[in-house]
Amino acid sequence: MLTTLTVARTEARRIFVSPLAWAVLAVVQAILGIVFLQLLLEYAQNPRGQDQYTGIADYVGSGLYGFATIVLLLIMPILTMRLFAEERKTGSLTLLLSSPVSLIQIVMGKFLGLSVFFFATIILLAAMPLVLMTGTDLDVGRIAAGLFGLTLLMMALGAAGLFVSTLTKEPTIAAVGSFGLLLVFWMMQIMGTQHGVLGDIFGYLALVSHFENLRHGVFSSADVIYYLLFTGLFLWLAVLRLDSERS
Amino acid sequence: MTDNILLEASGLTRVYGANRAASNINIRLKKGEILGLLGPNGAGKSTTMKMLAGVLAPSEGSVTINGISVADDPKGAKKSLGYLPEQPPVYPELTVDEYLRYCAGLHGVARSARAEAVLRAKQACGLTEMSKRLIGNLSKGYQQRCGIAQAIIHRPAVVILDEPTVGLDPIQILEIRKLIKELGVDHSVILSSHILPEIQAVCARVMIIHRGRLVYSEPLAAAGTEGFKTVLAGFTAPPSADALAKLPGVARVEPLPRQHFRIHIVEGQDPRAAIAAAASAGGWGLVELHAQVRTLEEIFVELTSRDSAAEPVKEAA
Repeated sequence: MLTTLTVARTEARRIFVSPLAWAVLAVVQAILGIVFLQLLLEYAQNPRGQDQYTGIADYVGSGLYGFATIVLLLIMPILTMRLFAEERKTGSLTLLLSSPVSLIQIVMGKFLGLSVFFFATIILLAAMPLVLMTGTDLDVGRIAAGLFGLTLLMMALGAAGLFVSTLTKEPTIAAVGSFGLLLVFWMMQIMGTQHGVLGDIFGYLALVSHFENLRHGVFSSADVIYYLLFTGLFLWLAVLRLDSERS
Repeated sequence: MTDNILLEASGLTRVYGANRAASNINIRLKKGEILGLLGPNGAGKSTTMKMLAGVLAPSEGSVTINGISVADDPKGAKKSLGYLPEQPPVYPELTVDEYLRYCAGLHGVARSARAEAVLRAKQACGLTEMSKRLIGNLSKGYQQRCGIAQAIIHRPAVVILDEPTVGLDPIQILEIRKLIKELGVDHSVILSSHILPEIQAVCARVMIIHRGRLVYSEPLAAAGTEGFKTVLAGFTAPPSADALAKLPGVARVEPLPRQHFRIHIVEGQDPRAAIAAAASAGGWGLVELHAQVRTLEEIFVELTSRDSAAEPVKEAA
């Protein structure tokens, strides 16, 4: 456990001493800032918009977080591409492999290090709606549910990206590969509109459909478990992949 | 298992598809021994070292470090191991201090002992002045030193260094050699290189790997002082080869160009005095007479340039 934290701490440090993480955070914040402003102005101009049950937390919060999923899909492969691919390319992966550290500890450490970035993103995403508290009553529960969903979604995206990163030694190929993989899980929502069993299966497997409930403030343990299983599966695949590389 | 043997590899074989990168390699490393692994480029040195370090699983065979099998208990075995791969495994975006502290943590150095371990490793590798510098901004030589510091920071019983002096300037090479010699006092070191003088300078024992096979394994002293098997002689008025062959202690005479002869001696005898006496008596005009000592270089060249057609005998055995 201690070793895992050692790996995680250094991974987080490496993410944040590189300009990449800051550039990504800045771009995310700029884009979502524009979306937030747009939603806010729309709501202000038409306060009784859809129906009487839709409050500002719903309109602005869930609108913002819905859009955030797309941005996260775009940025996550860029962050995860370095995790293993770059280490393999520069040869520093050998340091981990020749140390008395198990593959599970290595993968968990890297993932935990990456999740420090998730928290930074969550803080930025929380700050925008929460400033509205100065001027109006805000349904904090709804915002929290949305943020919780986004955290789960980022974990799932991150784990899949981490796995793809173990497959290659070119970071750019890892980025393209994980973007493709994530997009396939994204598109399953479209395939889920098909009638029949296949449509149901795809609909269930789709990455974002499980976020919809949380975004609207509905906490369903099935959705939470879906994301945790998704994350666990890809982390486990990463361990298997690293293990097979040795032999 | 005798407690004197720190690293033992038996029957190490690694197959990549149809290519046998290493075949049936046996290594025993005693405490306080510096072993040199020699071989031409692509001979299988790095593959062998990767298997010893547990980074690559051998297709066949086993590695034991400090009495612990790498296959059965990789974490336990790797605790006694420090490994510098061909490319120093450094993170360019970290400072030397940050990097070494991380390595100490990875290798299980207790939190309270880390600062001291980092300091000691920096002193040993001459990195003290570079503590706060980013590794990415250091020269190749200093990055290499970081790699070596990383391998010794936890004072492992066995240190494996894959071409540690590549990319260093001559002064740094001397310093690293000195460091390796010092390491050899209380660690066991395996060192690979294709630079012969380097091996000669630091190693107590030499192994030569060629085409994935171990073709030579002797204490280094043997290469220089094992005596000689041939004598080279040159004359201005050369005698017949038969006349030379009749001298005591001469087994066989091989004529060479420019009135020289290579004289193979009877094991354990020295015919040089007899040759000189016969030359002065017969008026052969002796101009050159010396024993041919096999240097490491000659052994190396002989073994590694040998025609591979001669080898199937070994393979069958």
